[in-house]
Amino acid sequence: MIMATVVLQWFVLLAAFAGGTTEESPSTVRVDYEAPPLEWLSGYNLFSNPGIQEPNTGVIPYDLSALLFSDYATKHRFVWMPAGTSANYHEREVFDFPEGAVLIKSFGYPRDARFPDRGEQLIETRLLVRARSDWKMYPYVWNEDGTDARLALAGARVPVTWVDSGGTPHSFQYIVPNVNQCKHCHIGKGLPAPVGPKARYLNFDYSYPSGRDNQLAHWIKAGYLSGLDDPIQAMKSRRWDDPNAGTLEERARTYLDINCAHCHNPTGPAFTSGLDLSFDQAIPVRIGIFKAPVAAGRAASIGRYDIVPGRPDESILLYRLATTDPGVRMPTVGRGLVHDEGVALIREWIESMPMAPAQ
Amino acid sequence: MGINRWSALVLALCLLQGCGPGTEPSMPQSAAPAAPVAQPPAEPVEAPLAETPQTTPAPPSPHEVSILPGADAQTAIQEALILAKPGSVVQLEEGVYNLELGLSLDVEGVTIRGRGMDKTVLDFKQQVAGSEGLFVTSKNVALEDFAVVDTKGNGIKSQGSDNIVIRRVRAEWTGGPKETNGAYGIYPVSSANVLVEDCVAIGGSDSGIYVGQSRNVIVRRCRAEYNVAGIEIENCHGADVYECTATNNTGGILVFDLPDLPQQRGHDIRLLDNKVFANNTPNFAPKGNIVATVPTGTGVMVMANSNVEVFNNEIRDHDTANMLVVSYQSTLIEIKDPNYYPYAEAIHVHDNTFGACGAKPGGERGELIAALAGTPLPDIVWDGIVNQAKFVDAKLPPEAGLYIQNNADTQGEVTFVSLGGAAVLPDPTGAVVKRDLSEHSGALPALKPIEIPVTQ
Repeated sequence: MIMATVVLQWFVLLAAFAGGTTEESPSTVRVDYEAPPLEWLSGYNLFSNPGIQEPNTGVIPYDLSALLFSDYATKHRFVWMPAGTSANYHEREVFDFPEGAVLIKSFGYPRDARFPDRGEQLIETRLLVRARSDWKMYPYVWNEDGTDARLALAGARVPVTWVDSGGTPHSFQYIVPNVNQCKHCHIGKGLPAPVGPKARYLNFDYSYPSGRDNQLAHWIKAGYLSGLDDPIQAMKSRRWDDPNAGTLEERARTYLDINCAHCHNPTGPAFTSGLDLSFDQAIPVRIGIFKAPVAAGRAASIGRYDIVPGRPDESILLYRLATTDPGVRMPTVGRGLVHDEGVALIREWIESMPMAPAQ
Repeated sequence: MGINRWSALVLALCLLQGCGPGTEPSMPQSAAPAAPVAQPPAEPVEAPLAETPQTTPAPPSPHEVSILPGADAQTAIQEALILAKPGSVVQLEEGVYNLELGLSLDVEGVTIRGRGMDKTVLDFKQQVAGSEGLFVTSKNVALEDFAVVDTKGNGIKSQGSDNIVIRRVRAEWTGGPKETNGAYGIYPVSSANVLVEDCVAIGGSDSGIYVGQSRNVIVRRCRAEYNVAGIEIENCHGADVYECTATNNTGGILVFDLPDLPQQRGHDIRLLDNKVFANNTPNFAPKGNIVATVPTGTGVMVMANSNVEVFNNEIRDHDTANMLVVSYQSTLIEIKDPNYYPYAEAIHVHDNTFGACGAKPGGERGELIAALAGTPLPDIVWDGIVNQAKFVDAKLPPEAGLYIQNNADTQGEVTFVSLGGAAVLPDPTGAVVKRDLSEHSGALPALKPIEIPVTQ
């Protein structure tokens, strides 16, 4: 172990010497996308006040209308692009981001969700850096006082405690994924890629310091998005957590799309299973209805199909969402807790289907 | 710890600047997987160990990182796998590594090497995350001389990992056969040029060694024991399984093709020179898995593949049957995939030696077969389901047939039954059951041995 650490230290030390070539200004973001990652997140100068995730000039916060569950962590998302560059709009897929673009995602837990002024414990910040041919992914783990975060290529385990909005205290070991695990989710067509920044998930209003604005419109105005004239032309996903936002099926399919379809699509890492949970997959067996599992292992102990209409307790898909057993749970990375609200939604959806005979 | 400061510096410099042709330190020959040899002659060979291909011991190299067991091993191994460069060797020294998180490798051309499958043991009893012990997603990788035990999910999985070599590796659940064991011991999927040799797989609740949706596969000289399926070749195009021992599984060696998958229509599979005996461990697969349909006491089972050659094997002492040849319809699972081809066609079974079998047919399926064929069941059971759309003069064309010739049985005659397609008849009891082998005399052209090209 000592030696491997030496490797990493040398690597980081030399990386630090290699950086710092751009012009210095308190609010200038410094990203050299060709260089290895910096040891400390502060080196990129993304935040004017890291502790409260206050971004620097050009670092634009964003939010998604459907969230990928990450053990109840709160997430702060930001995008930054080099001056004069913009992402190309795509109707269905992740935008085509320019070289040097950075997506920033910070994870934390409220100390007590009933009292937001008590702040939160920052755990990790992940950088997705658009390099020449693909995306680089770098996990940074925050120090205890939340002043800076350090590169953790091999991931980390961080003890976390928080009190939820109902006053219930929780504690568990949060797992910061290593760079390989980042790719297990962040992969598209065989290459690393972001998951969230698609038009349908960005197409809603966000409260910027300058006032409320549609996020796509805001990106266009900021020069960060080209190829779209008006957000009204873009797709808009439902909020799965708002019963008034769509039908049960629409909301369930949105949930599966953001939580599962980055792997479970015809070109994703889970394509070998034949299961496609993309929001627009129309063939029932492809989304799991009466689909026999392929390599589900112990997950197949409760039934013969991924989804048995009307029978959630015989549906392997639901069982894998509702367990924390590492050999059974889905997603395999980034989840150690059960997402009760998501499980309830998928259960309700399967229950709502016309009841199949017992299998 | 086996890496020196100079090694670290070179590695760090490489990471920073990229090691161009001018700066690349010379790489030991053994850093790359040794080129697999072409498949040996068809005659049964008792190869003495000294004659099997061996890798030369690695000289100390700037690309070698050595890791010892200990509290920090989890991070040390994972860091080494992330910082590895093509040509790197990650050397895991002797001892037991207690690991809580699954490991992963995504760098091409890396070798992970232990000091022996009983000396370097990656123990996952305390695993809290990761659906496998080791997950490989890069090409040209070699995994050698270590064990992965008691993972919560699969033992070793590789996906999209072309030219992977897994040799002298053990994947085991040490508590014996249990439904709570992980599914697959050694699990390469969706890869081209896969070599698994001299490995041991024990206790998988699905398959010990499972190669799925791959092309050009060799599994040789492996031992699979106390799994549901010892060795399974599923949805593969071109695979050889030879000189393996499969015993004490539920089913010894399976050749399957399943619907609703990206790669289907398994074909060109050869099983030769294997010892498949006494696979009578009660089926302990979780019920939704396809191998849960395998009757306890099955030697070799071929389902829904074309061009399968089974020869020179010793297959004996099975409670259900030494060999089952079936179409997917016989599972009674509805087929919803319009592109799926469920038939077993062009199957050639020759020059095998069968032994006792059939005294105690296992499971629902075994009982169904026994109801039609009586006990003891014969050596070879064929479901008799054929693709009538292919009929010429009310018969399958010769190239699609099932041929059984020149086999021997230590108990006397080689025995056979065709169930007459009973599984797909409205009234199965009306099936025409035949025991006569004469309709299956003849041969198919020998399939070509698999050769794995040298790529590095």
